[in-house]
Amino acid sequence: MPKLKRRTFILGTLGAAGALVVGWAALPARQRLVGAAPLAAAPNQAALNGWVKVSTDDAVTVMVPHAEMGQGTHTGLAMLVADEMDADFSRIRVEQASYDAIYNNQAALLDALPFQPDDDGYVKRMTRHVAGRIVREFPGLAGTGGSASIKDLWLPLRQAGASARAMLVAAAAAQWKVSASELRVEAGRIAHASGRSATFGELALAAATLPVPYDAPLKKPSQFQLIGKPARRIEAPSKLDGSARFGIDALPDGLVYASVAMCPTLGGKAKGYDASAARTLPGVRAIVALEPVAGGIGGMGGATSGGVAVIADTPFHATRALEKIAIEWEHGAAASVDSATLLDDLSRALDTQAGNTHLERGDVDAALAAAARRITAEYRVPFLAHATMEPMNCTVRFKDGKATAWIPTQAPGFARDAVAQTLGIDAENVEVVQTLLGGGFGRRYFTDFVVQAATLARAANGAPVQLIWSREADMQHDYYRPAFVCRCEAGFDAQGSLVAWKTTSAGSSMGAPAMIDMSTDGASNQAYAFPAARVAHLPVETPVSVGIWRSVAHSQNAFFVESFVDEAAHAAGQDPVAFRASLLAGNARHLAVLHRAAELAGWGTPAAPGRAHGIALHRAFGSIVAQVAEVSVDADRIRVHRVVCVVDCGVAVNPNHVKQQMESGIVFGLSAALHGEITIENGRVKQSNFHDYAPLRMNECPAIETDIVASGEAPGGVGEPGTPPIAPAVANAVFALTGRRLRTLPLRLT
Amino acid sequence: MTTLNINGRDVDVTAEPDTPLLWVLRAELALVGTKFGCGKALCGACTVHLDGAAVRSCVLPVAAAAGRRITTIEGLAGRQADALRRAWLDVDVVQCGYCQSGQLMSACALLAQNPRPTDADIDAAMSGNLCRCGTYPRIRAAIHAAAEG
Repeated sequence: MPKLKRRTFILGTLGAAGALVVGWAALPARQRLVGAAPLAAAPNQAALNGWVKVSTDDAVTVMVPHAEMGQGTHTGLAMLVADEMDADFSRIRVEQASYDAIYNNQAALLDALPFQPDDDGYVKRMTRHVAGRIVREFPGLAGTGGSASIKDLWLPLRQAGASARAMLVAAAAAQWKVSASELRVEAGRIAHASGRSATFGELALAAATLPVPYDAPLKKPSQFQLIGKPARRIEAPSKLDGSARFGIDALPDGLVYASVAMCPTLGGKAKGYDASAARTLPGVRAIVALEPVAGGIGGMGGATSGGVAVIADTPFHATRALEKIAIEWEHGAAASVDSATLLDDLSRALDTQAGNTHLERGDVDAALAAAARRITAEYRVPFLAHATMEPMNCTVRFKDGKATAWIPTQAPGFARDAVAQTLGIDAENVEVVQTLLGGGFGRRYFTDFVVQAATLARAANGAPVQLIWSREADMQHDYYRPAFVCRCEAGFDAQGSLVAWKTTSAGSSMGAPAMIDMSTDGASNQAYAFPAARVAHLPVETPVSVGIWRSVAHSQNAFFVESFVDEAAHAAGQDPVAFRASLLAGNARHLAVLHRAAELAGWGTPAAPGRAHGIALHRAFGSIVAQVAEVSVDADRIRVHRVVCVVDCGVAVNPNHVKQQMESGIVFGLSAALHGEITIENGRVKQSNFHDYAPLRMNECPAIETDIVASGEAPGGVGEPGTPPIAPAVANAVFALTGRRLRTLPLRLT
Repeated sequence: MTTLNINGRDVDVTAEPDTPLLWVLRAELALVGTKFGCGKALCGACTVHLDGAAVRSCVLPVAAAAGRRITTIEGLAGRQADALRRAWLDVDVVQCGYCQSGQLMSACALLAQNPRPTDADIDAAMSGNLCRCGTYPRIRAAIHAAAEG
């Protein structure tokens, strides 16, 4: 019983405080193999545990609680099961899991707790322990975020695969009256030396009658057949012939469509409207006023605008009629908000307020006062939109007191509750079909568009309504990456060594301020061994709705930290790689990533004429990434030619998709670094479509080379860690090339 | 009533003449492989072929497509389409996949015009197709692979 020993050990180290949690700890541990209710299975299918079904035609179905939004998680999760089962990977299928607590994303929730990654103190352990108990008890927390899907299910899905394998082997052993230890399993077939063999499908129904083993042995890493080897995306063919189904592709019988005009002022609503010219147009079924929606999560967010929607036979009829409605707006509290003023206000607030301290090491004030030399800088980053390629949409049918909702969502539990609450029915009466997502990046954790669609379903007389936001609505009514201002100060001793580091950021808090503020993620928990340091954040709430954007606060903080470390290196007269290395003494994983990136990029040898290199190193979501950008400047335009990326993500379950995600994170981060900016004037978002909020295009995309550090550590995340380092890497390269230090995103030379 | 030739078959549609072809495909004909992204011909997610050329169906009135050959991702076939799909799988291009119908339609129109495109040719033909997942480097590699295959 190694599990019990582990628990005893933790409690033993808790001392007196441990007594407080003994009552809870004495409860049986919540296993994640079998759910509260048996898994629904077709007549030709056998559910072997809460994760795996085997059908008589040899197909193996893996239940996936996580949304596939491009990050490759369906493929990666299926690999974990298939490897331990010794299944035929070509016969693996995935199916959306329901709401059982075994499917909760425990890693994402526990990782959000405000502790240093390397902290092994008792407060952290006790808090995680208690939080873990809570997370394990409440179903419906199967969100996809925090780069945590593989991290969360690394053990549970392997255990599910191993347990299923053991049951199939036991069934064969019973039928053939041989010992299980004499059986071999390979590619979905079980064989005995006598020549007898059977496929998983032939044994499935018999296996399902046997007891579920909870302690089936897991493979050693050296025994992995699939894990660690490149695998192709399992749903790729469906994305090449038009058959993949995203939220916007839901086509239930009798479908009608809705289009919405929202108050252009953030958080405003319709005071009144004249729809007389719209009501009589062909195809129009109903015109509905929509209230502002508080779609925020965890204290983050704020209300999106209210407006007016048209339900019609087709999207064209809906949008055409919408244009004919004269709407009088009630602009609300945000009408005076101006993003340029707001950033200045954040800066001014830092003149007088110290913020909340998230990291305190040594006596930073004394160290700064005693420093032989000090440098200071102020950095600024703007609001950003997610701009997923698939605009926000949701389809809801409400009939006979029950609802079915087709939702491209990262949080099916929240989405289900939003539908239920809006329609005044129990969550049990809501069926959520979680579709493929045409990008998520954090936007689809929010449920504002779900509430709107459910409201419209009530006005559609039982017909399913598909609400599709225009691109303009999507861009102007987002939960934006918060704008931050950050003041940085570093002190050096007479020998030029860095002795003090202090950064204070200001902006909307990322997370409920009173509980968990993630605003300094990547700044308060970076790896540099500054002798004295303080990292603080000053929460300044605004009427602008804000949310989580790929890599959350790491996207701001990597820019602050990695740019200012570069400034410190130059101030100390040291090479940026050598300077970073001097602050990472003894941190082998970070050092290996840093040096490997420098080596692959040819750091230290001059770049091609007119070009220069810049480097950044950042840890996020359990993975360490270094990137070297090679840039040139042409007529004040920054051009990135090549990016070398090195990642240590622990075991790379599918190296192919690890590389894909690094490429993806880099291009996403480059879009923001070079172009991304949402500006607000009089409470209105100025940008409206891809002409003025311009993601990177093919002709601007650099060559990207990714190298994965071989590792036996447990997997870290990969969906987000590729994004944070690219902006500082490019800014540092621009400095190396031009001598100009760009401290504001997007990076502009004019 | 408008008669359209889609993927080699004539179909009658009832949509009003100024309806964008995109919504006729999606809402009337259930051909939802062609995607809505921006409504302003800025992102390329809605790309289809009109007489073999790549066009943005979100701004093309259905009346303008009458009497011409329309090809959507569901009907995209032939030697070059096969080579592109194979290369897309070999290079493992797709991530979320939402833009990929449009990417393939644009790539196929490119290869039909220019069987051996250079990087500059690819930039010119493909820069109208946005991808938020950042599949550009792999799209470039897959087009080269298909051209060589």
